[in-house]
Amino acid sequence: MKTETDLTNVNVNMARRSFLRYAGAGVAGIGLLSAVSSCHKDHNVVPTAGVTDVGSGDIGVLNFAYALEQLEAAFYLQVVATPYTSIPSIELAYLTDIRDHEVCHREFFKAALGTSAIQGLTPDFSKIDFTSRTAVLAAAKAFEDLGVTAYDGIAYNIQNAAYLSIAGSIVSVEARHAALIGNLITQGNFVSSDQVDTNGLNISNKPSAVLAGANVYLKTKVSANSFS
Amino acid sequence: MNLFSIVEEIEKIDPEFNDRISPRRDAIKNITSFGSKVAIAAVPFALGNLFKKAYGQSASASVISVLNFALTLEILEATFYNDGMAASGLVTDTSYISQIQSDENKHVTFLTSAINAAGGTPVTASDFVYLDYTGGAGSQAGPFTGVFTNYQTFLAVAETFEDTGVRAYKGQAPNLLGNQTYLTAALDIHAVEARHASAIRYLRMTKYGATVLPWITSAASGSVDTSGAASNDTGVAAVNANYGGATPENTTVQGGVNILNLPSATSSTTTVAAATAAFDEPLTMSEVLAILVPAFTKPKS
Repeated sequence: MKTETDLTNVNVNMARRSFLRYAGAGVAGIGLLSAVSSCHKDHNVVPTAGVTDVGSGDIGVLNFAYALEQLEAAFYLQVVATPYTSIPSIELAYLTDIRDHEVCHREFFKAALGTSAIQGLTPDFSKIDFTSRTAVLAAAKAFEDLGVTAYDGIAYNIQNAAYLSIAGSIVSVEARHAALIGNLITQGNFVSSDQVDTNGLNISNKPSAVLAGANVYLKTKVSANSFS
Repeated sequence: MNLFSIVEEIEKIDPEFNDRISPRRDAIKNITSFGSKVAIAAVPFALGNLFKKAYGQSASASVISVLNFALTLEILEATFYNDGMAASGLVTDTSYISQIQSDENKHVTFLTSAINAAGGTPVTASDFVYLDYTGGAGSQAGPFTGVFTNYQTFLAVAETFEDTGVRAYKGQAPNLLGNQTYLTAALDIHAVEARHASAIRYLRMTKYGATVLPWITSAASGSVDTSGAASNDTGVAAVNANYGGATPENTTVQGGVNILNLPSATSSTTTVAAATAAFDEPLTMSEVLAILVPAFTKPKS
């Protein structure tokens, strides 16, 4: 299973320019990028060989999201391409919808980030038995729950209100997915105690904790060194 | 607490909000990076104390207004589920509804504690002239008459409340920009509301034959559907406004990127269904209040 580096590039530069203008970041791409790299130096972030770092600032947050969406999209593309044994049509329909949403998120970040985007990541799903309903739904739950905790945990780092709104628009859809997968595994298992705390709040995770979970399924390891 | 005055307050305060917050943002981040060191039950009080340190005395009026707006929604939701669970023979899927009821009541407790600790005055149920879940502006005979005797009506109203709650929290996120404590808490509640919305939709679809999915799927695109008619997938026209607004649920351009022009798994473009379902859009505070007041509630003046 390879990632979608071969997908048609849809006028990425135009899309990125309009995204940045919309977001009120009225600076040229090069200016923005140099700001990002100088920020890097301030934080003394030392890149690790063979590891893709998401960078810093808002671009770093967006790339962090892009990395997770790449992983989710790749997972559901595989799930739908090789459905588990005796999959009911309704479950295949749900998983196909989720695949389409995750591909949509991935392509959105790719287009919005343009040349600031991290590379296409290569997943490693060798630990997942795609013929097993139990294994696939367990992995789906893990990915969706991870995604929700990831967006919630990194959101306060976002400096631009437009980016924050879009992250919010995506995270609630991930939470909708998470609840559905929970219900498919066990009816009524949509606000389970491993995801919702005693105050009724969804748990959130630091980027480092999220990536520790995500990297298990990535051949291309990802770091977010500028986010604590 | 007057809901209309909250809106006026926000509108007055908003222009300065970011300026006031920004210089202190780093300090707030540092002060509030206490994470798991604080026991969960003590969090509301810890939030208050830490915030008082950051701000000298208390949370800013605008932050407290956002929290009180959220609390207003949670009181409406919690009371709705309390009344529904108390209605004899109404709720069939008690395992689902009782969990949601529990969460909404916890949200009321959490926000009340957080507002108290931050030096604000929390809204209470006694601040409302009426709560009318039929949408009848106090007549108890609105479009959802029978909400506590007809389970299908109850579920339809529940679905709309949850979807609207998600949109309402989302709309407030920019007012909490950079605020680790309150933004993170608001987004954590926001995600739980989305889980509820998904579960109610799943119930309606799988057990009661409603043509909804766990996510909001709009059929139409093109012009911005402020009325919500093209965005509303619930089959209940009376709640169109809950899916409309300045950024309606059928939005297909996100951050200047036309989602329909992006490649999908099977094509060089993306369908309207996928593009609209993949993103939930926000409602502003005034849009939410226009939906709720006077149909569902009215604050004491």
